Amino acid sequence: MPELQRFSYDVLVIGAGGAGLRAAIEAAADGAKVGVVCKSLLGKAHTVMAEGGIAAALANVDDRDNWRVHFADTMRGGQYLNNWRMAELHAKEAPECVRELEAWGALFDRTKDGRILQRNFGGHKYPRLAHVGDRTGLEMIRTLQDHGIHCGMEVHMECTVLDLLMDSGRVAGAVGYDREKGHFLLWQAKAIVIATGGIGRAFKVTSNSWEYTGDGLALAYRAGAELQDMEFVQFHPTGMVWPISVRGILVTEGVRGEGGVLRNSEGRRFMFDDIPDNYKSQTADNEDEGWHYTQGDKNARRPPELLTRDHVARCINREVKAGRGSPHGGVYLDIAWIKERLPKAEEHIKRKLPSMYHQFMQLADLDITKEPMEVGPTTHYMMGGIRVDGDSQMSTVPGLFAAGEAAAGLHGANRLGGNSLSDLVVFGRRAGRYAAEFARNNGSAPSIDEEQLESVTKAALAPFDRGISGENPYQIQYDLQDTMQGLVGIVRTESEMEDALDKITQLEARAGNVGIGGNRQYNNGWHTAMDLNSMLIVSEAITHSAIIRKESRGAQFREDFPNKDPEWGKYNIVVKRGEFEGEMLIEKRAIPSIPEELKAVIEEMK
Amino acid sequence: MAGNATFRIWRGDPVSGGFTDYVTPVEEGMVVLDAVHRIQAEQAPDLAVRWNCKAGKCGSCSAEINGMPKLMCMTRLSKLNLNEPVTLEPMHTFPVIRDLVTDVSWNFRAKKTIKPFKPRTPDNPDGTWLMQQADVERVQEFRKCIECYLCQDVCHVLREHHKHDEFIGPRLFVYAAALEMHPLDIEDRVIDLRKKHSIGYCNITTCCRKVCPESITITENAIIPLKERVVDRFFDPLKTLFHII
Ligand SMILES: Cc1cc2nc3c(=O)[nH]c(=O)nc-3n(C[C@H](O)[C@H](O)[C@H](O)COP(=O)(O)OP(=O)(O)OC[C@H]3O[C@@H](n4cnc5c(N)ncnc54)[C@H](O)[C@@H]3O)c2cc1C
Ligand code: SF4
Ligand code: SF4
Ligand code: FES
Repeated sequence: MPELQRFSYDVLVIGAGGAGLRAAIEAAADGAKVGVVCKSLLGKAHTVMAEGGIAAALANVDDRDNWRVHFADTMRGGQYLNNWRMAELHAKEAPECVRELEAWGALFDRTKDGRILQRNFGGHKYPRLAHVGDRTGLEMIRTLQDHGIHCGMEVHMECTVLDLLMDSGRVAGAVGYDREKGHFLLWQAKAIVIATGGIGRAFKVTSNSWEYTGDGLALAYRAGAELQDMEFVQFHPTGMVWPISVRGILVTEGVRGEGGVLRNSEGRRFMFDDIPDNYKSQTADNEDEGWHYTQGDKNARRPPELLTRDHVARCINREVKAGRGSPHGGVYLDIAWIKERLPKAEEHIKRKLPSMYHQFMQLADLDITKEPMEVGPTTHYMMGGIRVDGDSQMSTVPGLFAAGEAAAGLHGANRLGGNSLSDLVVFGRRAGRYAAEFARNNGSAPSIDEEQLESVTKAALAPFDRGISGENPYQIQYDLQDTMQGLVGIVRTESEMEDALDKITQLEARAGNVGIGGNRQYNNGWHTAMDLNSMLIVSEAITHSAIIRKESRGAQFREDFPNKDPEWGKYNIVVKRGEFEGEMLIEKRAIPSIPEELKAVIEEMK
Repeated sequence: MAGNATFRIWRGDPVSGGFTDYVTPVEEGMVVLDAVHRIQAEQAPDLAVRWNCKAGKCGSCSAEINGMPKLMCMTRLSKLNLNEPVTLEPMHTFPVIRDLVTDVSWNFRAKKTIKPFKPRTPDNPDGTWLMQQADVERVQEFRKCIECYLCQDVCHVLREHHKHDEFIGPRLFVYAAALEMHPLDIEDRVIDLRKKHSIGYCNITTCCRKVCPESITITENAIIPLKERVVDRFFDPLKTLFHII
């Protein structure tokens, strides 16, 4: 057995993004002994990259806003596949959680009367996103980090969890390695919160960093927990498309919120051409009205550029396919045009969108105050994830909780921008609280299965035995990304997805043969090899779920079933591990019926 | 720009190390981190490098490129002379872990020695505060910091004099300034800044400000105002008198 360091906690939080940190703070406040594990340095998690803002019905800018409108917007955006209890709690608790951030030092942009300023975003009826320019995620993670380090949690930075350990059906701990030395660690815990974020790395064009390999989903799945809504992967409509090396990097929706418009190569604002029926009454039908909306006119309706992401992404895809794209295979996103309407537009853009300005200046030699950007869809967010109880965030495995992007439910078939950052704090807090409670109520520490532990560490070291004559982990990762991008992307068909499943099976075989040279210290090749396991499980679950759902809804678009089917609106798709090695069970699960009072809210807001 | 370029990368661990040359194809629009990734994927799978966002937002990919402290993901190859090898080294101020990765954990420990945020009682009964955009903006500049530690890397007090035990460095002065000038904060960090954090060691060389990828005016806007607070407290004869009484 290789050397191993052991730690013991009441609550172990895996992940130090917004959800993980918020969970850890809450659990520590409840008196639990808390450990936090994260793959990168503290403060570098994905949350740091969020730009546009955090959605909460504070009603600071438009006093017609309240939790009911936010709830109805979220359900409409999710095409009613959402866990309605989560959508309700989220809408009710988000304002309090934003104020909490302010009390911990966050400095949001202000309204004229000194309150938190809110901006427009796609799918939100009123200006609802509290923000700090276009670096809201940085503000949020730094606030939680700087507050958290004084709350008594122990942080294990640059450590990766490989597997969860079980004790008679309940979680007992986690085993992983530290990147620096490559040593193994064991974290024994009475309760575990998974807050590992997304899965974007399974696709070639993505706004996500190397960390987002879906580890948490795979950990939970292997431990027997159910996953749900895996077919719903959000493709954000506006990623950079050029230069090639920055392809996929996000261009915040805030650009459109501030008045940016989408045009094709013919100069046409094509978003006016296709406005879905259920949004017609809320969408501007002329350019003037759209502009006035972005400038805060309460009587104007929003421009079609601010329709939901799934729709905008597909419209862009359509323009490009029809040969009306920009030179590098995208369309134009123009914010510079606002100089026709605003004095000092240049300064305004730089102040409202400073990091976008820098990003394009530095990476593409392009001045967004003068020229339009080229943009195209990029894999951005996972609506699906670990199936949890809406109130407590506990998965179907006792003692195992999930929050943030790794959990499913809140967003249904499509997430609204800004609803993720609020998700993190609302459900991070709940997960932390209920995990601490679970630890308290289930007194004695579970015991560790030493055999399982040994087999995990042994398997982890196998790539070194095979050495460089084994399969190159980077190559397998590329091939998987190619497969998912090409065959399970924005537009899907059954035959291509069946093909993808075959390819995934072949890649699994190759991954079993992966080899790596060098030693265990900070060996990126080894880390990539370890991440493959998660990426393959997640890719398989996405593909199976997408095949089963024979309709188009939200983020899933099936060319062979282009319409929405009301019958499918009654089900979530649930994935879990079968009894046999490698067996994946896929199941239709009826959505619990929605209580009358919530139904009434939805009707009222239609 | 297509063609090949040579990257002279420092490879090693805390015990030993040296430069290795890698020749790799380069294309228009590439940044240094792209080249490193390509080398990693094709020639040196175990090459150690830190990165996350690839968009200058997380501050993970700091290194010394041709001797200049920079973010690898924001340094375009078109800005470098590719007729000569491009040298890549880890930051010098922190101990090497491996190759381009350094042990920056000291920054996290040092941060913890700074007293945390402590707000005044809320202005409104619902627990909220009122703040003007102008007051917030001053501090927002400091809160743009992505903790890349490039400023720490160039500060001679750390780099040459190794005062890590007494001095917190420019990044953490920016952090302290963000707290001290926060419109709601009522904590007092002035004594600590002088005694525990040795702000006096800084002689305003402005090296830190020059390398900050977020263009934070570290010296003029953060350090100097903090120094003034220290001077006011410790050296103002009236106030000193007051303290004696
Ligand atoms: C560019 C960009 C912009 C965005 N803008 C917005 C926005 O404006 N508004 C909004 O609401 N949302 C936005 N989002 C989405 C939002 O930022 C993310 O969904 C959210 O930050 C996820 O937070 P999280 O806490 O769930 O996980 P993350 O912040 O993703 O953190 C995951 C953590 O888990 C750790 N981890 C993962 N695997 C392991 C493992 N095996 N072992 C140990 N640790 C592990 C990681 O190291 C990390 O610490 C944006 C996303 C991107 C990419
Ligand atoms: S100005 Fe001060 S803190 Fe900045 S590098 Fe010089 S000595 Fe260091
Ligand atoms: S102040 Fe600037 S250089 Fe220093 S850590 Fe922050 S962003 Fe980096
Ligand atoms: S990778 Fe995030 S700053 Fe370079």
